[in-house]
Amino acid sequence: MEMKQNAAMSAAGCAVGAVNGIFGGGGGMIVVPLLTSVGKKPPLVAHATAILIILPVSLASSVVYLCSGLFETELFLAVGIGVLAGGFAGARLLGKISPAVATLVFAVVMLAAGLRMLF
Amino acid sequence: MRFLVWLTVGFAGGVLGGMGMGGGTVLIPLLTIFCGVPQHMAQSVNLLTFLPMSALSLRVHAQNGLLDTKGAVWMMIPATLLSVLGALFVQKVAPDALRMAFGVFLCVLSLYQFYGGWKALLKQKKQSKNCS
Repeated sequence: MEMKQNAAMSAAGCAVGAVNGIFGGGGGMIVVPLLTSVGKKPPLVAHATAILIILPVSLASSVVYLCSGLFETELFLAVGIGVLAGGFAGARLLGKISPAVATLVFAVVMLAAGLRMLF
Repeated sequence: MRFLVWLTVGFAGGVLGGMGMGGGTVLIPLLTIFCGVPQHMAQSVNLLTFLPMSALSLRVHAQNGLLDTKGAVWMMIPATLLSVLGALFVQKVAPDALRMAFGVFLCVLSLYQFYGGWKALLKQKKQSKNCS
């Protein structure tokens, strides 16, 4: 039983890694539902554990991107500071707004961005 | 000026990331659509800039006892290997093709989010009815 689940987790890991390497992100968003369904973990634990899993994955892909010369000091510094500050703000916001509403708003933004990139 | 724009875009992505909603999936299109950053470069920015924040939030989660590492390594190792292969592969993909593929990826993810958000909303309504 355990072996079967570990095999399922490995297969899922392959998909997560490929997506994260090719699209430079988004892997964590797939890890969460996989951890709740394949890994049978509760949602909050799945969210936290997803970060643990995606951290070495992102680090490894990041090294490849950087080695290909995809780096600009000013751009990385500006976005990096913004992400860190935004991260703190976002963590504070969590629990103040309904997760369902936040998810739906987020989905609208993503769909708009996705369509804009296609056309 | 562009430093401020980049900072603001990073902030927006960070807020979503901090809420646990995959800030990178928004940060990348914001950078390419509004700031004219090339697709490959935007992806590189996302990968690197989210590392410190992930490490920080991981510490908080660990302190709150939310980590369950059982079986995690089974996903982590193949994912890390495949991410290197994926990253190597994508360096040779043309920017326009990658941008299109990313657009499709975003659309699929958003539909999945709609489904999840809708389900959560229904559950929330049901619960508040039961309470009153």
